[in-house]
Amino acid sequence: MSAAEEVVTEAPAVEAVPKRAMTLGYGTSLVVLAALILTPLFVKNFVIFQMTMLLIYGLAVLALNILTGGSGQFSLGQSAFYAIGAYTTAILMEHFNVNYALTLPVAGVICFGAGFLFGQPALRLSGIYLALATFALALAMPQLLKLGFLEHWTGGVQGLVVTKPDAPFGLPLSQDMWLYYFTLAVSIGIYIASVNLLRSRSGRALMSIRDNEIAASAMGVNVALYKTLAFGVSAGITGIAGGLGAIAVQFVAPDGYTITLAISLFVGMVVGGVGWLPGSIVGSAFIIFVPNIAEGISKGLSGAVFGVLLFLVIYLVPHGARQVALVAQQLTAKLKRN
Amino acid sequence: MSVIKKLAILSAAFGLLATSAGTASAQKKYDPGASDTEIKIGNIMPYSGPASAYGVIGRTEAAYFKKINEAGGVNGRKINFVSYDDAYSPPKTVEQARKLVESDEVLFIFNSLGTPPNTAIQKYMNSKKVPQLFVATGATKWNDPQNFPWTMGWQPSYQSETQIYAKYILKSHPNAKIAVLYQNDDYGKDYLKGLKDGLGAKASSMIVAEESYETSEPTIDSHMVKLKATGADIFINITTPKFAAQAIKKNAEIGWKPLHFLNNVSASVGSVLKPAGFENAQDIISAAYLKDASDKQWDNDPGMKEFYAFMAKDFPEGDKLDGGTVVGYGVAQTLVQVLKQCGDNLTRENVMKQAASLKDFRTEVLLPGIKINTGPNDFAPISSLQLMKFKGDKWELFGDVISADVGG
Repeated sequence: MSAAEEVVTEAPAVEAVPKRAMTLGYGTSLVVLAALILTPLFVKNFVIFQMTMLLIYGLAVLALNILTGGSGQFSLGQSAFYAIGAYTTAILMEHFNVNYALTLPVAGVICFGAGFLFGQPALRLSGIYLALATFALALAMPQLLKLGFLEHWTGGVQGLVVTKPDAPFGLPLSQDMWLYYFTLAVSIGIYIASVNLLRSRSGRALMSIRDNEIAASAMGVNVALYKTLAFGVSAGITGIAGGLGAIAVQFVAPDGYTITLAISLFVGMVVGGVGWLPGSIVGSAFIIFVPNIAEGISKGLSGAVFGVLLFLVIYLVPHGARQVALVAQQLTAKLKRN
Repeated sequence: MSVIKKLAILSAAFGLLATSAGTASAQKKYDPGASDTEIKIGNIMPYSGPASAYGVIGRTEAAYFKKINEAGGVNGRKINFVSYDDAYSPPKTVEQARKLVESDEVLFIFNSLGTPPNTAIQKYMNSKKVPQLFVATGATKWNDPQNFPWTMGWQPSYQSETQIYAKYILKSHPNAKIAVLYQNDDYGKDYLKGLKDGLGAKASSMIVAEESYETSEPTIDSHMVKLKATGADIFINITTPKFAAQAIKKNAEIGWKPLHFLNNVSASVGSVLKPAGFENAQDIISAAYLKDASDKQWDNDPGMKEFYAFMAKDFPEGDKLDGGTVVGYGVAQTLVQVLKQCGDNLTRENVMKQAASLKDFRTEVLLPGIKINTGPNDFAPISSLQLMKFKGDKWELFGDVISADVGG
């Protein structure tokens, strides 16, 4: 622990809200962006699909990061909001023939509402109790989706098959590539909005609640309002990720949105670095690719291998990708000085 | 030599070349995944996650193909069996299926498990024109060659099983009052639909109670008490092994003695009837298509002896009493037959064509009298079952092999 603390305290904290604590420098951001834009031109459709899923889970991890890293509230119920978003998109597309792009804002708004409402009772809970309440939500969701009177809309246990959209305006792009760039555009938009949110007055309010709730309310922050808002925003972004996920996978079914998904997202957030938004994509890569690696090492013990790898990450770099990035930054700074 | 003669010889030579090239290509035709030395087959199984008990099917298949390879392969080609884990989560299934088709470039995907995972990839597989062969689920929708010509099931559909019960009930107990307990998911609802379709117009008057349970419930005792109170004299038990054993036990405890139909999913002597107590399980009726490895009557059966030998030599870490091993063995044998029929024409189209032209094929783990038949309009390889009644410590088959083909 001491090593990790050193690393974190060594970071120069000059601003009231250290931007670097949340984002990458402009140069690094541009390099990452260029890589995300150019890579699909050189890889197979299957890899493009994986990259799309990477962005989608990245968004869901980002949403959790705003909630936990921003306002300090825990949630193990993100899979429920992800499911609501996915089903909203699937139902609108398949039953009402709504354009896929238009379903996303709807999914976002519905999930924002659901998250805001759930945030009301959650106000009375904190820490592990809140985590448990959200856990209940994640457990209940797959069964709610199977309910008889919703079956006409949700397709019950059979789920719904979603049609994948073609590239518009006759662009010469494959479906996968178009969906990837579409997802990328949405992700960048949400990422920028999230960064701005956390840097704004509201963001500072959220972080003050995270650091000390009593001090925050003494300074005039409406604690109840901001906590529920954080829940709403987080759920809304998760819902949009869910909607994109439904389009990319072309299928929604209760089995896709179990508690395992919520825990994966939580793992992704911790591995990426709590409160560090760019880490979301690293966390997402971890939850998509590491199970595949684990399976490659041992089929029968893939779960155990995954556990060992996760343990190693948490033990060696407890602050996740954020810590790695900080170390790298310090090293380059040293090299420059020399 | 005149010019004309030269031309004649030349054209004759070209002609020869053309015909030889023609025969060569007729002899050997390959799609991605097939070559002179190898046939690459994809598979997706829940090795982890809630349905991981079924992972044994994939491991049995891998062991069986290894045995085939050690004996020289199929038509001189080794089977390269690439099996991935999807943890029974449809989004992961899509990822793995795309990996198999686009990155590993398998010839086809074989025996992928579970209704939701297979539903998730069905459209993709059919648009890619890659066979999704012998899927490991009993849902009825896989027999739909018009809309999904690249998807085929293997085991009898859930609906055909309850239709057979319905036929039997209508014949022998036309005035019965029926109580149903079913698992609240695709499998349970498919069974229930088959029963209602089978009973036809009499369904609404005969079925007096329908109870459903969730797999997350620790016990189904309260449902049993409720069903007893309806006074039904036939009980249709659509439950998975753990719950089936509970239901049989509870029935004995509360003294409810209806005519008990137990679905094939839970007909295992070793994992259901023995734990429930043989004395409680007498006269239960079920239907089967495979021989049960935990049933003593097959101990000296030549087909099962072969299976036991395979388990002892090639898959010693597997449990032969686990129903999954028998299924994996049987379906792998069926696939080897299809590949044999394909000969040197290993295109995806021909794989589907040969899979749809199995005639009276038997793997010896099937019950006597049950045969695998498929055709261009029949994508349900096994569609017959035989009724059986539990006597003493084993199932006794009775009546004829009954067939019930159900379209998707």
